[in-house]
Amino acid sequence: MAKVTLSNLRHSYLSNPSRPTDYALKEINLDWKDGGAYALLGPSGCGKSTLLNIVSGLLTPSEGRILFDGKDVTSLAPDQRNIAQVFQFPVIYDTMTVRENLAFPLRNRGVAESKVTKRVAEIAEMLEVGEMLDTRAAHLSPDNKQKISMGRGLVRDDVNVVMFDEPLTVIDPHLKWKLRSKLKELHQRVRATMIYVTHDQTEALTFADQVVVMQEGEVVQIGTPVELFERPQHTFVGHFIGSPGMNILPASVENNKVIFNGNTVAVEGNIIGNGGTTELGVRPEFVSVSATGIPARVRKVSDIGRHAVIETMVGDMRVRAVAETAHFEQGTEVHLTFKKDQTRLYRDGWIATEVAS
Amino acid sequence: MKTENQRAWFFVLPVLLLVAFNALVPIMTVVNYSVQETFGNNIFFWQGLDWFEQILRSDRFHAALGRQFMFTFLILVIEVPLGIIVALSMPRKGFWVPVCLVTMALPMLIPWNVVGSMWNIFTLPNIGLLGYFMNDVLGVNYDMTQQPISAWITIVVMDVWHWTSLVVLLSYAGLVSIPDAYYQAAKIDSASPWKVFRYIQLPKMKTVLTIAILLRFMDSFNIYTEPFVLTGGGPGNSTTLLSIDLVKIALGQFDLGPAAAMSLIYFAITLLVSWLFYTLMTKDDAQ
Repeated sequence: MAKVTLSNLRHSYLSNPSRPTDYALKEINLDWKDGGAYALLGPSGCGKSTLLNIVSGLLTPSEGRILFDGKDVTSLAPDQRNIAQVFQFPVIYDTMTVRENLAFPLRNRGVAESKVTKRVAEIAEMLEVGEMLDTRAAHLSPDNKQKISMGRGLVRDDVNVVMFDEPLTVIDPHLKWKLRSKLKELHQRVRATMIYVTHDQTEALTFADQVVVMQEGEVVQIGTPVELFERPQHTFVGHFIGSPGMNILPASVENNKVIFNGNTVAVEGNIIGNGGTTELGVRPEFVSVSATGIPARVRKVSDIGRHAVIETMVGDMRVRAVAETAHFEQGTEVHLTFKKDQTRLYRDGWIATEVAS
Repeated sequence: MKTENQRAWFFVLPVLLLVAFNALVPIMTVVNYSVQETFGNNIFFWQGLDWFEQILRSDRFHAALGRQFMFTFLILVIEVPLGIIVALSMPRKGFWVPVCLVTMALPMLIPWNVVGSMWNIFTLPNIGLLGYFMNDVLGVNYDMTQQPISAWITIVVMDVWHWTSLVVLLSYAGLVSIPDAYYQAAKIDSASPWKVFRYIQLPKMKTVLTIAILLRFMDSFNIYTEPFVLTGGGPGNSTTLLSIDLVKIALGQFDLGPAAAMSLIYFAITLLVSWLFYTLMTKDDAQ
């Protein structure tokens, strides 16, 4: 188990990067605490797999250093870093039995056979694959194969970091949930530092204590699921996390007041900075339909079970609200209010309001 | 309820006719010859299984069969590992991939009798480039027209030159289909290069290798043109493989009965070995 530090890390797949857009990974500095569960969340092509491969050592960064417990491992090969990685598609050794698969990393490292037997038994019990130990791995179902590839990572007790690269991609939806809670449980049992890469917010938010949201090679926010939900540092996070995502509305600032479509909107606290493009951000969960407020017209109502999403138009801008009931007629004129302490201003994408003290 | 319409069988009729004309009928003529004797004038006498017995007891057949197995064994033992090694050392991407592939495929595109003639001229002791080089430059006494050993080495090398590419191309196809994640996982598991080969590359190549070995077995077991053109079965009988001997009996001596019996035995052996090999190789997957 180890603390992972990324220091001034940058990576480009080009040999002579010059512009910022040449970098697949823009400057990153962060610390992952020993034994934490982290998720790297972002859309396809945001650089999260690049970052993961740099941590595992499959890729050497163009610039910067990676430290495990303060020790520089930037130039070490994957097998010397003592890490484990679970890939998108289950990687198993087809011709071996489940037992041999689990023992493989230990035997390659010359671990004594008595210890191998003990560790394999422990891991098999933990993953609930005990009864399949002697079947050929090729005959397993995809979710069990994925469990075995996880097991190969966890079987080494000295592993520094376990990394997961979208491990649930090929798993059936009803098993996804099972495997996800298994993972969470495993983390609580083994307490290894785990990094989970995904583009699925549900997976990231349920698995991780801390989520790193990435966009176009840049870390836009690091925070707990609640922080990401409640106070996105960037409009991208607001948009990407939550279903439906945050309402991001063009707004102007006049005399320290936020004006949206001619209405003054109260925001959480002081406005900082000036100039740039300003936008108002408020989650649909904090928009309510009431007697007074910003006039809007109901465009569409979708009942999504426990609550309904009301899509309204304020001028030509779409504002979504979450309501308890779906009793709104299309075309009805309504009024919207934004919850003050959950309404924020963004300047050029980044948050530009302070939390009221 | 499903309606059963037996008239659907008529759809199979064209294929049945086709197969009858290109396989069953020719084979049946051979079967026909194999149980009869003729002294010409299209008059045939019933001979029963005598020809089969005669062939199976003949030393000449045993010798040819022995040579045939020796030849097939040698080329499989050389071509399969060599093909795998070449495939493993080929680049996976970039400019050199098509260059390698085309270079590899060239020998296979040359007509078989041309391969035989090429190697004949190439290895002739006095005028052939290789023959001259071996005798006059290296001072090795090499003459495939006179020495059985030289003749054997020549036909084996010729076949290796001609057909190793097939094993290479099929193995290569198997290799490039392995996702990178397997190699990365192996790296993380600290697997040695040998273990990567043994547990990742070899299992993934198994299907294509089975096909490659099967094709190489059948082709080499039935080989005729190249050694016939190169050595004509000589010197003496030293490179008279089964097919060459068969043609000698059938067309040289015009012994249709024994030749037919020998063809059937020959066919049965090819079929039996192929079937055994294929069943053994695919047995694991069926479990």
